Amino acid sequence: MDKKTALHDKHLKLGARMESFAGYIMPIKYTTVKEEHNAVRSGVGVFDLSHMGEFRVKGKDASKFLDYLLTNDSEVEPGKAYYSTMCYPDAGIVDDLVVYRLSEDDYLMIVNASNIEKDWAWVNNHTAGYSIDLTNESDETALVAIQGPDAEKVARKLTDEKLQDIGYYSHTSGVFAGKKALIARTGYTGEDGFEIYIRSEDAETVWDAVMEAGEEFEIKPVGLGARDTLRLEVGYLLYGNDMDYTTTPMEAKLGWVVKLKTDKEFIGREVMARQKKEKPARYIVGLEVQGNGFPRQGAELFEGNRKVGVVTSGSLAPTLGYGVCLAFVEKGFHKKDTVLEAEVRGKRIPVKTVKLPFYKDGSRK
Amino acid sequence: MSNIPEELRYTETHEWIKDLGNGEYMIGLTFYAQDQMGEIVMVEFPGMQDFNSGDILGTLEAVKTAEDFYAPFDCKVVRVNGDLEDEPALINESSYEKGWLIVVKTDDPSGFTSLKSAVEYTEFIGE
Repeated sequence: MDKKTALHDKHLKLGARMESFAGYIMPIKYTTVKEEHNAVRSGVGVFDLSHMGEFRVKGKDASKFLDYLLTNDSEVEPGKAYYSTMCYPDAGIVDDLVVYRLSEDDYLMIVNASNIEKDWAWVNNHTAGYSIDLTNESDETALVAIQGPDAEKVARKLTDEKLQDIGYYSHTSGVFAGKKALIARTGYTGEDGFEIYIRSEDAETVWDAVMEAGEEFEIKPVGLGARDTLRLEVGYLLYGNDMDYTTTPMEAKLGWVVKLKTDKEFIGREVMARQKKEKPARYIVGLEVQGNGFPRQGAELFEGNRKVGVVTSGSLAPTLGYGVCLAFVEKGFHKKDTVLEAEVRGKRIPVKTVKLPFYKDGSRK
Repeated sequence: MSNIPEELRYTETHEWIKDLGNGEYMIGLTFYAQDQMGEIVMVEFPGMQDFNSGDILGTLEAVKTAEDFYAPFDCKVVRVNGDLEDEPALINESSYEKGWLIVVKTDDPSGFTSLKSAVEYTEFIGE
């Protein structure tokens, strides 16, 4: 039985197409993916992302604990956030996540909805010896994201916090639409925007306030369909598609969130250090389709008769007007401008490796 | 409940065919098929050339899936719906009007008259 978010009734009233996703019944689209995608690229859109998981890590060893558990460095200033992977000892990825440092000894981890149970078990398995309190706040927390070049103009109408002073990957605790909120300048669309974490019982009030404040900017509710095309256009990976427990951060080109330059011990360090030196046998790459059509997840990639990779995400890029993919390819075929062929329903279509992001003009600060 | 206009003819691959007169026939995708496919984001059209019955004329790419569309009888493609290049979702929004795919020409009307009627197509899709 799928869970419903606190905004379920709002989606139904807006006529959303609802589908099961990661154990939740979620809005896939309200009108069309293309229209919602374009709203976020050129104006502003609002998302219900309440399915995401929130774990609170509090206590004097919080920073030390997260340093051991996660690949990225927990020592950011309070008020800042960081993106990280969480890995198994063999460097396979448990999940990718954003962590907000709320204060010196207080962190909030935001994990993928599909991984909440797995992650919660994994995190709890490593607490021995650390003076921390762990809380799974996923059910009590709702998340409303306001994304697009006009996001700040909308958000400004709903809070007294000085939003212009909150930089990218920073946040503040304050009041938003009259409710207690964590207001963060984060997102996964390539555009400027805010993610507003609130209590589930306040979600409808906040959603309505955002829709009303956004009216003059023609704000659109945006479903998970456009969330996927938005993140793919800027080359952001999606757990379960482009990475999973068989993928390492080095293969996923996420070496920048692995703190090998520090001397901190963390789960998977040894394998990652070795892989960094020896280079992985495969890499994730961006592929641009040359011509019509586009390969989807699972399409195989060839050079001549030799299979050299597989597509992990593929779609028409709505802003660009052509097909783009993320794919795993063997080392040697990952360099920029390598021409390969993707097999799509018995036909071969030419693709070329390109530098990410595909779409480079986002308003992200 | 699908929308299946009575005056059109249908194929088992879910094209609708409309007799425009002068040996010209308009081809589109049925409401039922577009609903099954979901939002269409790209259309690949055939060239202005001759096709045999059953040949692939082009491809419809939806968000989650792709399907070919086929020549219902021997014919020559004479026009394609250029509006779909900018707005392929017209196929979803207006499957029998603005979302038409192509117009073909044939000298032999028997291909058209042997296609499924609205009643037969309704039975075929099990509604």
